[in-house]
Amino acid sequence: MKISLSQIKSNNYITNIYLGTFLFSLSIFDVFLYSFLNINITSFLPGNLSLFFPLIIGFIGLSFIRMEYSGIKIIDNLNKHINTSNFNALLTLIIIFALLKALPPALSWMVLDANISGDTKQACTGTGACWTYIKVWFKRFMYGMYPNEMHWRINSAFILVIALGFVGYFFKENLKKYLALYYVVIYPIIAFLIIYYLISGGSFGLVWVETGAWGGLSLTFIVSFFCLIFCFPLGMILALGRRSNLPTVRYTSICYIEFWRGVPLITVLFMSSVMFPMFLPEDFFMDKLVRVIIAITLFEAAYCAEVIRGGLQALPRGQYDAAKSLGMGYWKMHIFVILPQALKLVIPGIANTFLALVKDTPLIFVVGLAEIAGMLALAKTNPKWLGFAMEGYIFAAIIFWIICYAMSKYSYNLEQKYKTER
Amino acid sequence: MNNKIKRYIPQILTILFVVLIFGFFTINAQVNMDNRGIDFGFGFLKQEASFDMQFTLLDYDGQDSYMWAYVVALLNTLLVSFLGIIFCTILGVIIGVARLSGNFLIRNSAAWYVEFFRNIPLLLQIFFWYYAALRALPLPEKAEPWFGVTYMTIKGYYIPSMIWENLNVFMSCLLASIISIIFIKIYAKKIQEKEGKQLPVLYISLGLITILPLLSFLFGGVTLDFEIPVLKQLAKTSFIFEGGIRLPPELIALVLALSLYTSTFVAECVRAGIQGISKGQKEAAASVGLNPNQILKLVIMPQALRIIIPPTTNQYLNLTKNSSLAAAIAYPDLVLVFAGTALMQTGKAIEIVGITMLTYLTISLSIAALMNWYNKRIEIKEK
Repeated sequence: MKISLSQIKSNNYITNIYLGTFLFSLSIFDVFLYSFLNINITSFLPGNLSLFFPLIIGFIGLSFIRMEYSGIKIIDNLNKHINTSNFNALLTLIIIFALLKALPPALSWMVLDANISGDTKQACTGTGACWTYIKVWFKRFMYGMYPNEMHWRINSAFILVIALGFVGYFFKENLKKYLALYYVVIYPIIAFLIIYYLISGGSFGLVWVETGAWGGLSLTFIVSFFCLIFCFPLGMILALGRRSNLPTVRYTSICYIEFWRGVPLITVLFMSSVMFPMFLPEDFFMDKLVRVIIAITLFEAAYCAEVIRGGLQALPRGQYDAAKSLGMGYWKMHIFVILPQALKLVIPGIANTFLALVKDTPLIFVVGLAEIAGMLALAKTNPKWLGFAMEGYIFAAIIFWIICYAMSKYSYNLEQKYKTER
Repeated sequence: MNNKIKRYIPQILTILFVVLIFGFFTINAQVNMDNRGIDFGFGFLKQEASFDMQFTLLDYDGQDSYMWAYVVALLNTLLVSFLGIIFCTILGVIIGVARLSGNFLIRNSAAWYVEFFRNIPLLLQIFFWYYAALRALPLPEKAEPWFGVTYMTIKGYYIPSMIWENLNVFMSCLLASIISIIFIKIYAKKIQEKEGKQLPVLYISLGLITILPLLSFLFGGVTLDFEIPVLKQLAKTSFIFEGGIRLPPELIALVLALSLYTSTFVAECVRAGIQGISKGQKEAAASVGLNPNQILKLVIMPQALRIIIPPTTNQYLNLTKNSSLAAAIAYPDLVLVFAGTALMQTGKAIEIVGITMLTYLTISLSIAALMNWYNKRIEIKEK
């Protein structure tokens, strides 16, 4: 029997593919069986060899598959993306096996063995998560200790505030010039009034609910919303101050910014709760929530100022010169020429600051305001619901993750958009 | 004239504004303190603190002064920051490099790691590790040994402690080897600039740093013993480990959360740094005849580090400031001990919060000053 050299080669490469694919699939199949169905098909192997068996045969399989060009799409894709070298092949296998190993326990804990029915702890009979706990406490996590029958007030206040936020989009052309005025001055005032009269109540036949009862995720939103709308104008003034050529103005701004950026938020919150009342006239009472909002606003304004300063610095000098040559003064130049361009540049940066702000709000728990982390701490120590810390924190983490991930993707998109426009 | 007024009026207004605010606060504070019978002053720092701390690096008990409590608590803060910085750097570099990998799975796992840990508030992560994950650990009597001699239990991580004899001899040997390595490096650089010869600095240094301390064991009378934690029964159902060092769960949770959270930001810095170097640099270096090792060491790294280090230092600073979240899980750091317990006991709100903020401010500003100096030093000198 005569076989030419080329035939052996082509034969070999087909065999290589078959053998490699078989070994690779076998290794994955082995781990899959072991982790999902708890069947160990390699139990006949001694000791640790059984543990490393899939890794070894998978590795051999991948090195069989590795070749310049095979003509089979899947194999070529594998080679191009996950099987470029021995080292990469090993890492690939480790990641695949780790995912296969981690998935079944996670899945069974979160879904398969979990309970969601019933209203008491006794309903949770499975070995998995007890989502009943989340279901029962859901309203508390969202609205804090706010009376159950009045949740519509929070909802409607939020809807109103959000709707008013979008009003700017529908401004007619001749009203557009008041857009900044609307967002910087009018909107915060209206939003404050809405939240004050709807959520706090006390007039128009609504029962007064003190801020101590506010809490949960809605408090997170209220705090971050007010801090954002107040810290933005303050940050703008500070950024302008830092770039001013008047020494006292500049150094005051620098001192302010560096001070707030140099201390942790938690000490700022401590300051607002224990030190700040000492600085106020004795008969002057300020609500704790208001103090906290002021503290976070002052704190975030420093970060905001640095972001806006970046935008101001990024503008070419020609813009300043052109505005000056038209005979514009300092304020005219900034309001009509510089700020509109600079603020457009820093929108992504502001979005990132806001993201950091939202992630910082759980900290208000430290001074005794029960937003979602505070409500979790409360629920966790409730004698009827002991032992469900894991579910609670995972639930809160998922909520925050969704909010923050959406925001970061949004700010990333904005960044890309403005990058191409310039 | 008109111009001068225009320059002065805003400045005077600013000063007036600042003075008015500070004056208003000071007067109020004085009135308030008079009414409550509190006097302003730092005399309390010498008084007996009379509270206990769960975990300290230096000797401390309730009879020590508030001053000493402050120092011990500050050291705890610095310990957490130090550990966090080390771990977040290691993780961050690995993840940052992995995000640029050609391997689809590695690249995407790294990207998801970053997206996952970056978008969950740090406080929730700390709570998760402390209240949920570490609470699932076994009790001391049921703990399985890790690496034979360490035990991970619900009460903390027990590791062997080192008992040195003649530690100072060992330390001076170590110091001597480090100093000689520095001199050899300087000498090698001189030789290279003069004659173009390269000395095997790495091997010499490795040799020195192992041989000299080893010699101290043989001839300097240095001995090293390990005290291994041993399980001890206190009562029928109560067990603890004795001996060794206990790393409390608060510390572990804090370091875990801080390093996982900050590593995502470090990873982004590293990625940006590596991506910031054009391919031409590598090709140019190769065409000059440098080998891959030299390319990395002499061409890529110096340029990448210039981009990586400033934002990374910023992240380290953030980590240090974030370590103050320790107060939420009762790890005795500066905020909990000083702005918490000491404040409650003495009632000196202004002084104590002031000292705490000033401490963090000092750390931040000194690192920022250092960073500015470094940036000036490494920046590309352009005409």
